[in-house]
Amino acid sequence: MEEAQKQVWVFGDYRNYFQNRVTLQLIARARELAAAMDGQVCVLLFGHELQDWIDEYVAHGADTVLVIDHPSLKVYQSETYTGLLVDLARQHRPEIILVGATSFGRELAARSAKRLNTGLTADCVDLRIDEQGLLVQTAPGFGGNLLAEIVIPRHRPQMATVRPGTFQELPHDYLRAARVERLDLPPNLPPERVRLVKSERLPPREQALENAEVVVCGGRGMGSKKKFRNLHELARLLDGQVGATRPVVYAHWAEDGALVGQAGRQIKPQVLFSFGISGAIQHTAGISGNPFLVAVNKNPNAVMMQMADVGLVADANQVCLALIRELKNRLRT
Amino acid sequence: MNTVVLIKQVPQAAELPWDSRTGRLKREASEGMMNPACKHALEAGLRIKERHGGTVMAVSMGPPEAEEVLREALALGADQAVLLCDPRLAGADTLATSYTLARAVERVCPDFDLVLLGCHTTDSETGQVGPQMAEELDLPAVCDAEDIQIQGKRLTARRVSDGFLETLELTLPALLTVTTQEFTPRDTPLGGVERAFAQAQVRVLDAEALGADSSRMGAAGSAGSMLRVYSPTAQKKGVLLKGAVKKNVQDLLDRYGDRLGGLIRKDLGLEG
Ligand SMILES: Cc1cc2nc3c(=O)[nH]c(=O)nc-3n(C[C@H](O)[C@H](O)[C@H](O)COP(=O)(O)OP(=O)(O)OC[C@H]3O[C@@H](n4cnc5c(N)ncnc54)[C@H](O)[C@@H]3O)c2cc1C
Ligand SMILES: Nc1ncnc2c1ncn2[C@@H]1O[C@H](COP(=O)(O)O)[C@@H](O)[C@H]1O
Repeated sequence: MEEAQKQVWVFGDYRNYFQNRVTLQLIARARELAAAMDGQVCVLLFGHELQDWIDEYVAHGADTVLVIDHPSLKVYQSETYTGLLVDLARQHRPEIILVGATSFGRELAARSAKRLNTGLTADCVDLRIDEQGLLVQTAPGFGGNLLAEIVIPRHRPQMATVRPGTFQELPHDYLRAARVERLDLPPNLPPERVRLVKSERLPPREQALENAEVVVCGGRGMGSKKKFRNLHELARLLDGQVGATRPVVYAHWAEDGALVGQAGRQIKPQVLFSFGISGAIQHTAGISGNPFLVAVNKNPNAVMMQMADVGLVADANQVCLALIRELKNRLRT
Repeated sequence: MNTVVLIKQVPQAAELPWDSRTGRLKREASEGMMNPACKHALEAGLRIKERHGGTVMAVSMGPPEAEEVLREALALGADQAVLLCDPRLAGADTLATSYTLARAVERVCPDFDLVLLGCHTTDSETGQVGPQMAEELDLPAVCDAEDIQIQGKRLTARRVSDGFLETLELTLPALLTVTTQEFTPRDTPLGGVERAFAQAQVRVLDAEALGADSSRMGAAGSAGSMLRVYSPTAQKKGVLLKGAVKKNVQDLLDRYGDRLGGLIRKDLGLEG
């Protein structure tokens, strides 16, 4: 590898569909970062029988793929993978390492940052290079409607995790060529102390909310569990799905699986109805694709209202009921 | 079994008031509570103690008010509590926090068998402190544990990780982080509060008492630095409808019904 060129690394996380997508999404953003500092994008790939993934990462924008392919890496192991990543980072000194915020990725990134004695920003919603060539990481700030811009001025590499769905992947280009470097498993790798005794694949999580074209989201402003249920009727009429904010989930007005946002699902509807939601960044971070947004809120200054294509200044439940009535009229159901 | 549980005090309000002049959070304006995942970690520790004997020690780093969550831990059944409290520890990122907490655990409970943490906090939600402490203490670790079985020195933990249900095995001493799925916290037992205030002590330590490298703690030991904190402003400027609900809903569908209906392939346009 040409050491002179600055490198942006992406951890190739391929274990299931989400990890696979988040890696492609990170490669796309890594390309922009690399372009801004005249660098290149390198994807790390550890595991066994990896050719399909090599091809996939090349087609989606990797300049280099560093591969360690070995039967003993067949299953994900945090200590071992951390050891491999840290060794390579010490040799090649990348400027930036991006990791998808999956369960495994979060742990791997935290451990690696610790061993490399560097900073790691969790759940970035934006990444860019500033005039000094530093990585500016935008992440939701502690509590509330805040975004924080964080830099890692003195430590290298600069590390960040990003949740699936935050960035857009590049189209698959099977004509792309890249450099593939196959490395041996380091001989002195300490054994993994945590043994995987059993691993069962859980049935794939329902994707109805993520894939819905119409989402009806309700927040604390719906007022009660009983009123919140009206949103389901509205969603039914619109062939949509119901989403919720965190206070609503905490109050058991809605199931955990309905949570939209940083800590929940990532939605990309065409039309979004938002009832009694203030529009905290942790919630809006879960909405992408620039939907047609109808917001209902008593407070016209709520962030959600400012973001809306149509904002109704009114009681959330009353609007919900009125919409149900009106839709039933028009749809004659 | 000697267990150390790391407990953080977090603000009760999900949304903290924000001083737009100084760009700082008005943390003092909000009541503190025990971080939910830490409460589950404590519960896991207490159940292990009930089964296998030993002690549970609660450790927290934070301002003097964090003593409250340690009193709560004592009331719930922890045997001892230690608060790391020093202005020099403030402003720590996870790199510095995990270093400091690791040194504290070694100092106050050198013969621990198990270190338990919450999987994440509700105020920063990085989930990084657990795995980073595992590195710092060089311990085998499992994050997001939902079931813990111990036999002699062997610990078996179950967790859900990215669509897989995994059973993992390791040898003590070890570190685990605990989710809020299992280990539902108990209610404070009768007499617990009294005991926590009348008998048990919260031991308070400052940075010196840790005998650790001060350049690795607090803001000085942190890698990240905040450029700015801001309230994201909305980009879109849409239509605002006020007044009678029924009329507005009809207006909405009259004006946008075709568009909405087109998107969902239904006819929502003008009535009749
Ligand atoms: C680390 C972290 C992660 C988080 N992750 C998520 C996440 O993934 N998803 C998420 O949603 N939140 C998340 N949150 C919480 C988030 O910060 C907000 O607190 C939450 O989104 C607010 O929910 P809300 O809008 O329903 O409630 P509120 O902020 O209380 O807003 C209620 C709104 O309803 C309006 N209202 C009140 N009464 C009425 C009425 N009768 N009719 C109409 N309007 C009314 C009010 O004007 C207000 O705007 C997270 C927070 C943290 C700290
Ligand atoms: N200041 C602190 N004092 C004690 N424990 C902490 C502190 N910060 C983090 N922790 C522990 O680390 C876990 C994860 O925190 P975090 O990585 O910040 O999401 C928490 O649930 C606690 O168990």
